[in-house]
Amino acid sequence: MSEKKLLRGSHTIAEAAVRAGCRFYFGYPITPQNELTEYMSSALASVPGGVFIQSESELAAINMVIGVSMTGKRVMTSSSSPGISLKQEGISYLAGQELPAVIVNTMRGGPGLGNIAPAQGDYFQATKGGGHGDYRIIVLAPGSGQELADFTKLAFEYADKYRIPVMILGDGMMGQMMEPVEFPDPIDIDSLTPKPWVLGGAKGRASRIIKSLVLDTAAMEEHNWKLHRKHQMIEREIPQVETFLTDDARMAIVAYGTASRIAKGAIKKLRGIGLKVGLIRPKTLWPFPERFFVEMSRVMSDFLVFEMSTGQMVEDVKLSLEGRGRVHFHGRPGGVVPTPDEIAKVITTIYYKEKLDKGN
Amino acid sequence: MKKVFSRPKSMKDAEFHYCPGCGHSIIHRLIAEVIDELGIQEKVIGIPPAGCAVLAYNYLDVDMGEAPHGRGAAVATGIKRALPDSIVFSYQGDGDIAAIGTAETIHAANRGELFTTIFVNNGVYGMTGGQMAPTTLVGQSSTTTPGGRKSERDGFPIDLSEMLAIANGSVYIERTSVHSPKHIIHTKKAIKKAFKVQMAGLGFSLVEVLSPCPTNWKMSPVRANELVDSTIIKYFPLKVIKDEVGKL
Repeated sequence: MSEKKLLRGSHTIAEAAVRAGCRFYFGYPITPQNELTEYMSSALASVPGGVFIQSESELAAINMVIGVSMTGKRVMTSSSSPGISLKQEGISYLAGQELPAVIVNTMRGGPGLGNIAPAQGDYFQATKGGGHGDYRIIVLAPGSGQELADFTKLAFEYADKYRIPVMILGDGMMGQMMEPVEFPDPIDIDSLTPKPWVLGGAKGRASRIIKSLVLDTAAMEEHNWKLHRKHQMIEREIPQVETFLTDDARMAIVAYGTASRIAKGAIKKLRGIGLKVGLIRPKTLWPFPERFFVEMSRVMSDFLVFEMSTGQMVEDVKLSLEGRGRVHFHGRPGGVVPTPDEIAKVITTIYYKEKLDKGN
Repeated sequence: MKKVFSRPKSMKDAEFHYCPGCGHSIIHRLIAEVIDELGIQEKVIGIPPAGCAVLAYNYLDVDMGEAPHGRGAAVATGIKRALPDSIVFSYQGDGDIAAIGTAETIHAANRGELFTTIFVNNGVYGMTGGQMAPTTLVGQSSTTTPGGRKSERDGFPIDLSEMLAIANGSVYIERTSVHSPKHIIHTKKAIKKAFKVQMAGLGFSLVEVLSPCPTNWKMSPVRANELVDSTIIKYFPLKVIKDEVGKL
């Protein structure tokens, strides 16, 4: 039986991870996501086989993740922007070694030490590889408490299915906001498909090596193409978007996470005064739902990308549309969370400037 | 005819890529012999370093998983915590463990992680071509200390093993060498003891092995072994640095 609970976002992710069979968590304190680490410390102490380590650094945490992942068990780490930068070395190794893992980034204002307010400045880092080398990781962008729970479960499933690191990209607002959540029942860990590649001692089989060192350039090239083919498969299989009032819309606001919540508030208000605007919310940031934007360009002419950054996802929107629509941008970086009223004003200005009220 | 010497079961039938006179091949073999003697080949998971010995998995016939440079102790922590019945060892050079991976190593030792570290100290970054290591002696030349290491500019060679002995979670730390048959035999005993400490679940165990690197020291293998005996063991004395377990 599923049950409904009122939880803050960071707790929701932690609870969902344990229910998804995650018995290993490593983390280092950083605001605004300490509640996640704290929740895991008590949750994993009360489940059989649970292991929690407060690591000496983000580097140590992600490398402990590598170790557990090599044994095939579900494992997670979490941090916020500066800490995620430190984890990038390990994420590159996870990608190169094709190891599953779940990494949570509760984004805050940056660059550098920045601040502890909600922001979306890590989009490039998350979706374009982040660490060294030619790789991608799956990036999920939940937009509600319920999605934090659902996407956490999904993250572990994708990680195992594709042997790839999966990042849950939230922000300080998503992490702190309390919302009702219906959790799925805990999974039976023993029911998970055994992984045929894990380390565990060469008993009754040949010894195994998990590595990313490939000195032969031809073999290294082939490994890169193999990863690329996997990326292409993921691009075909998992892109997800939510649309809101787009059927008759002349302009769509494109936003994810907290920004999409603000945009939705603005859209509801503007619909009340007759503006034909809707919302496109990418739920997967990598793979970016490119084909969906092409379809939407047949319905509407204008796209207003709104991000809590100076403009990062807007590049993917432009690349997806390839000139099939006018792309506008509004950004509030540095941890500023604008109100729906502010966004409504921006939408209204562009709407009339582009004469979208003059159509049929 | 009686066979008196053969390849350990835990070694693959492969030719070493190591330079003539390098200590790695000897240390690899000692680890394989210990694994055979303890009958633990099916339970061992090894972690090679970044460096010449990253290819240890080409020679040791056990499960092995590569760690990023310096992160062996953190990867080992993850593996051992996930599979407490496995026997886990990290194999790390001086740059790997005593420079870039110092933090991970000290904290793993302090937590008393139940894996074993083989710390190969040859006083130089071997694979990258002979740069100064944290353990390069004062006065010793390297490609980045052309006139010899100067303490006022480069600091002093770091006594990592002694530092790790301070950590409450470490129980057995010994420094040995492989520059002579006598020392090789003793190194094997120390490695065996370190694995036994892990198997008994007593705490963190580490063997630091002084090892010659004739290529980057720019001298013959014979001369390199002499240098260990005449000079290096004066700065890095061969001794049991910490032993809270006694006989096993």
